[in-house]
Amino acid sequence: MSGELKSIPSLSPAREAWWREALRSPIFTAAVAFGLVLVLGLIFSGDGAFYKWGTHRDALRQASVYGILACGMTVVIITAGIDLSVGSVLALVAVSFSILSIHWGWSPWVAIPACLAVGTACGAVTGGIIARFAIQPFIVTLSMMVFARGMAKYVSGGMKVSTAVQGANGTYSYVDVPEIFRLIDSRLLGENLSVVSLIFLACVILSWIGLSRLRWGRYVYAIGGNEAAARLSGVPVGAMKVLAYGLAGLFAAVAGICQAAQEQQGDPETGMAYELSAIAIVVIGGTNLMGGRGGIGLTLLGTLIIGYIEKILSINAVAEANRLMLTGVIIVAAVLIQRRRV
Amino acid sequence: MVTASAQARPEQPHAEKHLLLRMTGISKSFGAIRALKQVDFDLRAGEVHVLAGENGAGKSTLIKILGGVHEPEEGQIHLRGQRVRFHSPREAAAQGVAIIHQELSLVPAMSVADNIFLGHERSARGWLRYAEQQRQALEALGRLGLDVDVRQTVGTFPIATQQLIEIIKALALEAEIIVMDEPTSALREPEVERLFDVIGELKQRGCGIIYITHKLEEVYRIADRITVLRDGDRIVTARVAELPAAALIRSMVGRDLPESARDAAVPPPSGRQVRLAAQDFSVQAARRGLRPLVDRVSFEVRAGEILGLAGLAGSGNSDLLSALFGVHRGRVVGRVWIDGRAYRPSSPRAAIRRGFALVTNDRQRTGLVLGMNIAANMTLASVARVSPAGWLNFAHEMQLAERVAGDLDLRAASLTQPVATLSGGNQQKVVLGKWLNAQPRVLLLDEPTRGVDVGAKQEIYQLMNRWSRAGHAIVLITSELPELLMMSDRIIVMHRGKVVAGFDRAEATQERILHAAMGGAVASSE
Repeated sequence: MSGELKSIPSLSPAREAWWREALRSPIFTAAVAFGLVLVLGLIFSGDGAFYKWGTHRDALRQASVYGILACGMTVVIITAGIDLSVGSVLALVAVSFSILSIHWGWSPWVAIPACLAVGTACGAVTGGIIARFAIQPFIVTLSMMVFARGMAKYVSGGMKVSTAVQGANGTYSYVDVPEIFRLIDSRLLGENLSVVSLIFLACVILSWIGLSRLRWGRYVYAIGGNEAAARLSGVPVGAMKVLAYGLAGLFAAVAGICQAAQEQQGDPETGMAYELSAIAIVVIGGTNLMGGRGGIGLTLLGTLIIGYIEKILSINAVAEANRLMLTGVIIVAAVLIQRRRV
Repeated sequence: MVTASAQARPEQPHAEKHLLLRMTGISKSFGAIRALKQVDFDLRAGEVHVLAGENGAGKSTLIKILGGVHEPEEGQIHLRGQRVRFHSPREAAAQGVAIIHQELSLVPAMSVADNIFLGHERSARGWLRYAEQQRQALEALGRLGLDVDVRQTVGTFPIATQQLIEIIKALALEAEIIVMDEPTSALREPEVERLFDVIGELKQRGCGIIYITHKLEEVYRIADRITVLRDGDRIVTARVAELPAAALIRSMVGRDLPESARDAAVPPPSGRQVRLAAQDFSVQAARRGLRPLVDRVSFEVRAGEILGLAGLAGSGNSDLLSALFGVHRGRVVGRVWIDGRAYRPSSPRAAIRRGFALVTNDRQRTGLVLGMNIAANMTLASVARVSPAGWLNFAHEMQLAERVAGDLDLRAASLTQPVATLSGGNQQKVVLGKWLNAQPRVLLLDEPTRGVDVGAKQEIYQLMNRWSRAGHAIVLITSELPELLMMSDRIIVMHRGKVVAGFDRAEATQERILHAAMGGAVASSE
């Protein structure tokens, strides 16, 4: 037939009203959940703490490192994979960044790209092994989790890398905190917005572009939705997976740099179990662990939900033990709610 | 048998003494498709009853009902004269029905003895009695003259031995009704002989065997009786002596030929350029020790020609198509040319670049990304066209998708709705649309009309005509013989991985094709 354009035949049932469709979308559910959390905050305001902007700024800042990890996790989970290594890669990068910046006095213009390369390399290696040898992502990233943690301890000699520098005679002297650490840990707009929150936002936007605007994102969804069909449609599955895990590694490195700046040191023990928080955020947002579905907007909302719940519980002086138990309940409840509508 | 059998079986009425199984008036539907219509079937002790029919005739459904996988909508099952209803495979197994599937159901990492008693472990107060199991397993093996170490891991044995172990498992569970679904499809000659010896042994022991096969030779070697199913109807049940090969095949094919949908305007392709050629093309099996899936096949397809690739399940015709498309990398031998230039199948991506398209026989599993929308699925094989420099151009994508949707008369409210919400026929159109957008020159179509309604079928035929007019080469597999006869300019027939016959459009008949596909000697169809 010739190439003339025909309009879409609309013979099947009338299209649902756009708002009805929107009401049933996962993003709407997540937004409602976040709204409910905010309402809770208004009610249990911790003697008015919730009405102060500083509280919100801190809620955002404290959630940012987790949120950055969750961005990379989202991409990996959409490919129907999982990345357990991001917490350890974060620690490895935090340690490396501290050594380079504090001890070796490298310029951030060199230290930051070097650290980002380390994180990306960790992710690309796991992605490569997963793609080439068809091993479950769980196992491969578990191995990288252990390996990167060991690497962090090896690089740091098992000690926190801080501004206390041991001299030749065994005495400690203190060096200044590098400027870049202060910059990342600072606030903008009259102390009203943390820099790490901005970095998190940048990661969200980057991931959104990747997933929603680039050919690569289309491939990521196709692989997670049906890997066999994607492969038979000519999608370069292996290369796309390397990129997905590489991106998760890159974001883990970004998070590691932020973590080091906030703690003003490189702690090889930092970031323990952060990968699980990142997975929880992705799942609470509504991205399906089976792959092929979800998105970065959901993860943004998931980060906010988790961050605000934590904040509300802490301004109301709920003990940590209770906070953890409540968070566990909330995660499983969130997943149950999403299941109902699929 | 030595294995403890506490349950006493009631005395059978005299008349039905040797009747193990009687199924009467069995009906079963899947959605709008009636898989079985009032089918009767019975099995006597000590006989081999062959169940014959083309793909989709209803054999598997009947077996699954007997095995407790499906429950029939109508009809009754009597075992040894007693009415039974199976709600699960476990219940059927407890009543002595064992089904040996093509895909073995053994656990490769477990020992022979553990496999034989899997789910029926010999135990005392929750503790496994290994010695007892091994003793009983050894006994069971000995009865069939199989000499293997019962403690060895099953996965280390060749497939033929595994098949025998599976049969022994059935025996150890005191199965009297043993169903074998194409047990020889993966076996080589000496192993087939051994299996037949075992079947003879089983008959003597009073077991009844239901045997499904696509091979004429086997039918006439071991069958006592034959039942033919076609499109869910039982066509005939007869003693083997009363149903010679020609009659058997006639009863299997009897479908009516439809009006030809093949474009008469298509010029005869004989003088045209050869698009796709293969010489001594083979595909090795994924596991060692099995016969090749495709065995030294040679053929050519000219521009504008539709080559029909006939063959029953397990013939290798599907494997041939996916191998050409680069799926079985590393297991492919032989030479292929596309438009006279050498081509080596390495990956689907490379195949698409060289102008291939593959419509797989299972659109839900391997054709579509069900959660993605229609437009995205339609451009999946040609994303580069709508994403210059890696950025998706949604307007261009929608334009391509709309054009193809219009071409194929796709019925959908919107191209942004998930493919999963479409009917089967419309889903298939999305698959075809995907390949239209990829602009292929060689189309490999594996069951392109499976599970679609009559209207959509006609539209798919017209699309094939269009592709053909445009000078594309098409290789068509369809298990509906009338469709194959109607659409193909030439037909080659495969059996056990080899091309066993070739027919021009004029000389091809359903009988001839089926005869060849079942391994019958060529040119003896009447």
